[in-house]
Amino acid sequence: METFLQFLFGGLTVGAVYAMVALGFTIIYNASDVINFAQGEFVMLGGMCTVFFSLWGLPLPLAAVAAVIAASLVGVALNKLAIEPARGANVVTLIIITIGASIFLRGLAQVVFDKQFHRLPSFSGDQPIDVLGATLTPQSLWVMGGAAVIVVVLWYFFTRTTFGKSILATSHNRLAARLVGINVEVVLLASFALSAAIGALAGILVTPITLTSFDAGTMLALKGFAAAILGGMGNPLGAVVGGLLVGIAEAMGAGYLSSEYKDAVAFLIILCVLFVMPSGLFGRRGTERV
Amino acid sequence: MPAWLMQPRTGGLLLLAAIMVLVYLAAPNNFYLDVAIQIGLNAIVVVGLNLLIGYAGQISLGHAGFFGLGAYASAVLPAHFGVPPLAAPVVGMLSVGLLAFLVARPILRLKGHYLAMATLGLGILVFMLLTNESQLTGGPDGMAVERLRIFGERISGKDWWYLITAAMLLLSVWLTLNLIDSPTGRALRALHDSQIAAQVAGVDVARFKVIAFVYSAMLASLAGSMSALYSGFVTPDKAGFIHSIELVIMVVLGGMGSTFGGILGAAVLTSLPQFLTVFAEYEHMILGAILMAVMIFLRRGILPSTLDLLARRRTG
Repeated sequence: METFLQFLFGGLTVGAVYAMVALGFTIIYNASDVINFAQGEFVMLGGMCTVFFSLWGLPLPLAAVAAVIAASLVGVALNKLAIEPARGANVVTLIIITIGASIFLRGLAQVVFDKQFHRLPSFSGDQPIDVLGATLTPQSLWVMGGAAVIVVVLWYFFTRTTFGKSILATSHNRLAARLVGINVEVVLLASFALSAAIGALAGILVTPITLTSFDAGTMLALKGFAAAILGGMGNPLGAVVGGLLVGIAEAMGAGYLSSEYKDAVAFLIILCVLFVMPSGLFGRRGTERV
Repeated sequence: MPAWLMQPRTGGLLLLAAIMVLVYLAAPNNFYLDVAIQIGLNAIVVVGLNLLIGYAGQISLGHAGFFGLGAYASAVLPAHFGVPPLAAPVVGMLSVGLLAFLVARPILRLKGHYLAMATLGLGILVFMLLTNESQLTGGPDGMAVERLRIFGERISGKDWWYLITAAMLLLSVWLTLNLIDSPTGRALRALHDSQIAAQVAGVDVARFKVIAFVYSAMLASLAGSMSALYSGFVTPDKAGFIHSIELVIMVVLGGMGSTFGGILGAAVLTSLPQFLTVFAEYEHMILGAILMAVMIFLRRGILPSTLDLLARRRTG
């Protein structure tokens, strides 16, 4: 029981990070139909910017806020400079553009920062907490709590505020949204900024546990994409559930089977789910208009 | 110019062969020949993958897995099972074809991003098997490959392999162009435009998707085997998802649905990093920027978009 709980805590912590990355994928996908493979780079930027801003003398909380703002600006620039000029291009072409962007951002981080691993101090100490015989670090609580707060804020934003609703409206039907007076360009910008900000937050929260480096984003983008697909692309609830499931599957696979095959467990589960449910767990059933 | 020369099958192949001869004669040293061989090996995969992505309209982010299986077939079968190195690629191709055939139906039922995810997962599973079954594969460090011998002659060296790669690339392009120009090719194109319309018109959609998938997987396996025999060493990264994504980028960069465009894409993306190394730490930034710029301005791929521009200029 203690070991199971221990693996579960580990899985939930990693899963919360995947869930945040998957939410980033979902928000941009809903607003623009683009699968943004540079999503992992936002996570990397969050961690790396915080590390370097605090090295350059900013106190940690300020450095974190500045990092989130920096990542959001990068998100906005990505939309303005790379996605918008290619509007109307094939979906696969747009994906390749985001892959180009992710290579570019990784290269940029390598030049502006460096190629070393960096860590941040834990936010509230390293004194482990005992829960039913298993231990939980305070930083894990920060990660899970951070993800929970983001989910609640997003839910409020999308269901209770006019601007959030206008983003949802745009995701359902862009032309109709434009006709009722929604400024679609602003919605797109906001989606990229929001998605980048969530990614950066995830990066800041997890850096004390996993360290960060210029190439930390690649694996996270892969797992976040897997999580979003498992949950059903475009469904925020699916993204969160998918993220947690992938994280738990990895932790259990590493704990009970072998650490070499931990990723295999997650991908095997995803393949099996897709064979039975071709649109993921909560995805819209595909109907094609002829 | 006679009409038959303008056909992709004759004119295009002749042009490709001419370029191959020119590259061989013009290559100043073995480094360039090595890059050319790498281009050729990637191009063989891309020619098949382009049939799947550009014609059948089905994405695969897992073809490096098939490439890796082919590579390890050339390494593992001679080392552990006594299969002669010349037969190993054939055994590899047949087994990969069988594997692709078995997984094709459930996987190709998926659409769009879900298909991308499933093929990505499949590729990663292959990568993990190759990395972790170290008694057979040598694990993450890889293993040496027994050299190819034909009539007792040891086949190694860049000249030999340039010749073999060029010949195999020409052969696979010829086969693919024939396939595209056959009823199968027309069915695949119909599928690309609209799966439902194709189905209504009586095309056995599932069957043709499977054909394209298996064909492209077997070409990837062949290229993988050749790359292992050429370099004399295999590592699991060749099966990794980064390589899978590179292969898809080559297809899209050169031109989806354009066989020669795909080869151009393979040439650009394989050689670019080699020549960008002079920019040292700026290498990745420049590579990413070039990739974005090309896809924004030549969004249908380098070859089709450039041909469009030229045609538009000619007609004014």
